[in-house]
Amino acid sequence: MNFVSYEVGDFYDELLTDAKAARPGACHLLHSIESLPPGEFARRQVAAERALMQMGITFNVYGEQAGVEKIFPFDIVPRIVSAAEWTWLEKGLKQRIRALNLFIDDLYHEQKILKDGVVPRAIILSAQSYRQQCIGWEPPQGIWCHITGTDLVRHSDGQIYVLEDNLRCPSGVSYVLQNRQVMKSLFPKIFAAAKVRPVQNYPLKLRDMLEYLAPETVATPRVVLLTPGIYNSAYFEHSFLAQQMGVELVEGRDLVVEDGQVLMRTTQGFERVDVIYRRIDDDFLDPKCFRPDSMLGVPGLMEAYKAGNVALANAPGTGVADDKVVYAYVPRIVKYYLGEDIIVPNVPTYICAEEQDLRYTLENLDKLVVKAANESGGYGMLVGPHATKEQRAEFAEKVKAHPRNYIAQPTLALSRVPTICADHLEGRHVDLRPYILYGKEIFVLPGGLTRVALKKGSLVVNSSQGGGSKDTWVLADTPAFEPESANGAAQPVTNGRFP
Amino acid sequence: MLSRVADSVYWMSRYIERAENVARFVDVNLQLLLDAPEGQDQQWDPLVAITGDYAEFGRRYGAATESSVIQFLTFDSDNPNSILSCVRAARENARSVREIISSEMWLQLNRFYLMMNSAAQEPGGLDHHEGFYDEVKQAGHLFSGITDATMTQGEAWHFSRLGRMLERADKTSRILDVKYFLLLRSAEDVGTPLDDLQWAAVLRSASAFEMYRKRQGRISPRGVVDFLMLDREFPRAVQFCLLAARDSLHAISGTPPGTFRHGSEKLLGQLCSDLSFAGVDEVIQHGLHEYLDELQTKLNQVGLGIIETFFAFKTPHPGKKAARSAAQ
Repeated sequence: MNFVSYEVGDFYDELLTDAKAARPGACHLLHSIESLPPGEFARRQVAAERALMQMGITFNVYGEQAGVEKIFPFDIVPRIVSAAEWTWLEKGLKQRIRALNLFIDDLYHEQKILKDGVVPRAIILSAQSYRQQCIGWEPPQGIWCHITGTDLVRHSDGQIYVLEDNLRCPSGVSYVLQNRQVMKSLFPKIFAAAKVRPVQNYPLKLRDMLEYLAPETVATPRVVLLTPGIYNSAYFEHSFLAQQMGVELVEGRDLVVEDGQVLMRTTQGFERVDVIYRRIDDDFLDPKCFRPDSMLGVPGLMEAYKAGNVALANAPGTGVADDKVVYAYVPRIVKYYLGEDIIVPNVPTYICAEEQDLRYTLENLDKLVVKAANESGGYGMLVGPHATKEQRAEFAEKVKAHPRNYIAQPTLALSRVPTICADHLEGRHVDLRPYILYGKEIFVLPGGLTRVALKKGSLVVNSSQGGGSKDTWVLADTPAFEPESANGAAQPVTNGRFP
Repeated sequence: MLSRVADSVYWMSRYIERAENVARFVDVNLQLLLDAPEGQDQQWDPLVAITGDYAEFGRRYGAATESSVIQFLTFDSDNPNSILSCVRAARENARSVREIISSEMWLQLNRFYLMMNSAAQEPGGLDHHEGFYDEVKQAGHLFSGITDATMTQGEAWHFSRLGRMLERADKTSRILDVKYFLLLRSAEDVGTPLDDLQWAAVLRSASAFEMYRKRQGRISPRGVVDFLMLDREFPRAVQFCLLAARDSLHAISGTPPGTFRHGSEKLLGQLCSDLSFAGVDEVIQHGLHEYLDELQTKLNQVGLGIIETFFAFKTPHPGKKAARSAAQ
């Protein structure tokens, strides 16, 4: 396979410059791809898919017959992030998480930020994920958002932006680990030469972080992972992470609260649980505190939590910082708590609750992406440039009726990475979700889930809508990072081949 | 280990064993019919009587014919004891404990499931699927073999064996019952060459023919009952199964052999003694069917006791502090 007919187009390509030279750190990879015998690269793609199927790395498809499991499509051309760029990103993500944690803590205590009018009180009080019940709660070690998966995108201007903060139960990290496993076995030589930073210690870091949250009186904490069960689309990930961490995978019905202690039913009687990594939304955690009809949760869990007898990650109430309108205020939130300018910027966002932004949004619907504040997975969204006039008019009515529920952003031209299309390579749009753990310190996993829209021209990377994934190589050392200028340090190419 | 996990492992094994044994029932009947004299009616209703819900079957299918019974016992997804339902249930259980079982076990169970699904969708049913029930038996054997060869033989494995052995004891006794029902219909055949053929078919369907020959030689009703009920070394004999189940139960609870700490241990221990000291002549004198019936009732009680002791307890015992087990 070669890059002779490959087109970079009007987009930022993560591996090649506009002049089709290799970006720093990608040279060896691109050269290796070109020097493989014909057909070999495509053969390894097939081998990768087979390996994933056999390892049972599948997700459940909702709405289809029971037992239908599919693999999350995987493309073997990795995305490369240079060491310098990663250093910058890591710093930015740590800053963001630290500020968001202070923000959540403030919201459930003094609400200084509301009193100072930096974030409008009405926005918070009307956020679906704001939990009155959590006011005054003190999560262990003062940490609310222990596990975050921040979605990043790069626009054609070369700049990386934060697109979304996922502070509830971000999923996908199991694919990061499994993709890496497959890549290492398929390309051991290329991999070794590239000096890629490891991701395999994630389960260990996760367990360390969870144990750090245990009540101080407990010498050897019992950590469990709470799953909604086998019909959840992320069940594979739950069972994989439990296995990799060496902790029990429990369902709500395995747990019971007695005298303010959380206990799990074992064949030898009840045993105490100290830390719960919950993969269930706040709403379903405890029917006595949140939704009374929840069958997935544990009655009385919140009482045990408030008494400090059990830790929950992430802390209930964290989701308020996940609201898409709150997102728009994050640069101001960072400034307010840390006194710093934000490092990794937000996508410019119009807040429909604000008069001026609303007018701009309605006048420019054909250029904007409009999102509902509390939806995810690509639902409740209008992509202006791709919508019909009728769809835009219909959406405008919805926005006018509930401006609080909407934000608008310019349509981004997501960056691309070469991707296998039958027997050749074409550019496909990607995003990037790094995973951040907040325990004793903040740890950013050097890597992350690169999701790729496999359909030509598509910008939707969600697995439910034809998305796949790639391995993300964060390099241990590469030439100094320079924001990509027209004639950067990249090497020129001859005949589309790399020297 | 978690009660729910133990529960799933136990039922995973039980369902696979059940699927395999339902295949044996159908197979023994098919074999018996091949040897049936001309003019004799085909007998399919006994199979329904001893394996499934007779009333339920009658309501949905009416008369018991070869095709309706085979459908009911093999592919009917509304019959919880059909082979297809059992394999599905086993797989659901396995899915919820994938981090406990070996990946080889999962793969085999998944293959078994896919095979059942595709057979269920074959046009023309099993008309052109010779040896289907052998394949089911084979898939069951493979699963238990893989379990024994790849799973750490700790608590989870003991739960798996407990489930498998209790199920097998129950089903071997029911295979004997199939023949009993047929005997009722043809008392005049007792001791005839036809009778011998039928007993041989019973042995074959319990994979016991050759092993029986080595132990007993001539085929006789007395010998077959003795072998399938009371043999301590043949792995499908009721006595063998119950002894193995008892060993696993004691391994789980840590209670020394010969003593008991809860109801299911006591019952199972008593059952093992009963069989150890029962002679085949007593069994026959007592009435084979009645003996088997009582045995099955007791086995049910053991099963319920296990559920109560290990899986289904609802609240912590009052006044008893929760134990903290050693760090894992």
